[in-house]
Amino acid sequence: MAARAVEHKVITVDNLVKSFPARGGAVRALDGVTLEVQAGAVCGVVGPSGSGKSTLARCIALLERPDSGAIRVDGTDLVTLDDARLRAARRQIGVVPQGDSLLRQRTAAGNVALPLETAGVDGPTRRRRVGELLDLVGLTDKAASYPDQLSGGQRQRIAVARALAASPSVLLADEPTSALDPETTGSVLTVLDRARAELGVTVVVVTHDMAVVRRICDDVAVLDGGRIVENGRLLDLVSDVDSRTANALLPALDQADGIPANHDRVADVVLVGFAAVGALLPEASNRFGVDLAVLGGGLTRLGETPVARFRLGLTGERADSALEWISEAGALVRRAQKGPQGVAA
Amino acid sequence: MKQTTPWSDVFDLLHPALGQTLYMVGVATLFATALGIPLGVLLHVSAPGGLRPVPVLHRILGTVVDFGRSLPFIVLIVLLQQVVTRPLIGTSIGPTAAIVPLAIGAVPFLGRLVQSALREVDANVVEAAVTTGATRARIVRSVLLGESAPALVSAVGVTAVTLVGFSAMAGVVGGEGLGDLAIRYGYQRYDDRVLWSTVIVLGALAMIIQLLFDVTSRLIDRRRRVTA
Ligand SMILES: Nc1ncnc2c1ncn2[C@@H]1O[C@H](COP(=O)(O)OP(=O)(O)OP(=O)(O)O)[C@@H](O)[C@H]1O
Ligand SMILES: [Mg+2]
Repeated sequence: MAARAVEHKVITVDNLVKSFPARGGAVRALDGVTLEVQAGAVCGVVGPSGSGKSTLARCIALLERPDSGAIRVDGTDLVTLDDARLRAARRQIGVVPQGDSLLRQRTAAGNVALPLETAGVDGPTRRRRVGELLDLVGLTDKAASYPDQLSGGQRQRIAVARALAASPSVLLADEPTSALDPETTGSVLTVLDRARAELGVTVVVVTHDMAVVRRICDDVAVLDGGRIVENGRLLDLVSDVDSRTANALLPALDQADGIPANHDRVADVVLVGFAAVGALLPEASNRFGVDLAVLGGGLTRLGETPVARFRLGLTGERADSALEWISEAGALVRRAQKGPQGVAA
Repeated sequence: MKQTTPWSDVFDLLHPALGQTLYMVGVATLFATALGIPLGVLLHVSAPGGLRPVPVLHRILGTVVDFGRSLPFIVLIVLLQQVVTRPLIGTSIGPTAAIVPLAIGAVPFLGRLVQSALREVDANVVEAAVTTGATRARIVRSVLLGESAPALVSAVGVTAVTLVGFSAMAGVVGGEGLGDLAIRYGYQRYDDRVLWSTVIVLGALAMIIQLLFDVTSRLIDRRRRVTA
């Protein structure tokens, strides 16, 4: 396995605090947020409504000035910049704002061209670049259409193309799919994924839709009450049975009636990668002569990686040994001895 | 004493009067636009929460604008005669001299119309442009003015039509024109034929101006139109 190249952090957020004046004091929208995003990663920012996701995104996009803390993008501290350098820094961060944000009096191509005009790119270069970007988002045939002639998903893809126009190193998208149906969401996510793969941009995506996280995120940060409560690589977090990320992303273990008594052992297992779709469970059953019943859970996919979570009911003399073997084979096993809640072994 | 001008003479009266009105309204609209749009932009961007908030400037401009709008036009004509019109034009009499108060009177009016047109531009769209690193000047040009262009054309049209009305009072300073004709023949000589002919031409003029601006505004508007 090749060692990952020296991990380069494109975005570093350090102990960020931002409060807004409100009746009877102030709302602390961000209460000491610390976050790092690796170059070339897609980082999902999730959390309940009002947890500070948009505020964090707006601070990174330089639309809000934090009360304290530091934000570094590509090594530049954004908090202390003056006007001119602020504008230069903004070009390094492409933003897809929440909701409709296209100029309605300009064509799709005209919208994509806006950041290039800002950057002083000359006409021929601008037209070529706009062509490339429309191609990237798959809307070459809509170049001359106005926003009101486009569908919601197409408008959002144009917004992504615009955000990428000035070749930023970071792409920041706030709820890019919130008003879209699952299929259209897919087309927008494909575009974000292509941006990362083909342009090498680092993507930060704020979302409440776990399907977005499942499909494109490498890392995830969970915000709650203005604080990061979980942060890390997606595949690491799902392997932690107690993590919020695991519970939100993995197939539900819905089992309202508690654990049926006719199993010797009941256990939850999380299987990542090949093990999820491989013959691990049947083999365990054969090897130890244990009867394995799937009581709940299922299979899903995180990016390209299959991940499964099952609640298993084991019947047989060597049920414990079977579980141990499954665990040694790389699965994450959490045993429930008795009762509906189950106790971690 | 009631008189009736023969029809052939009515035309000879209307023709130059229409020309003078078009001249006064046209040139005054041009000047009012050249000053009113920047004023509206200034009012908009200097507002609290605007692109470049300068509350003091905003307050002062707003007060001056509202004061200007509260002045009856006839008073404005007299007020400007000595201080602005004569030094600027060399005379305070005639259609060219009348353009000065017309234009100046229309600036605060148009300024407010422009301000409210700019307010209609979606904040989300403006913010998106901010994130591209655009300067304020570019945001004003490409986003605020570009996005509100149809509304701005309408605002200039409304101003032009209002100026047709104002120009009637230009007769006071020898501005002549249609309004002046209506007053001199219709009011002072009780000549109904000239009065009504003038009113009809004035009405038609206002309608045509409004129509021209409306059509232009609609032609350049790229938004979906809703019909119900
Ligand atoms: N401009 C503002 N003025 C006052 N309070 C604000 C402002 N922006 C955000 N807040 C407050 O800060 C907190 C965090 O808001 P934020 O928009 O970041 O939440 P969020 O996680 O994006 O929520 P959602 O998922 O609903 O979009 C909320 O309590 C909100 O009321
Ligand atoms: Mg939000």
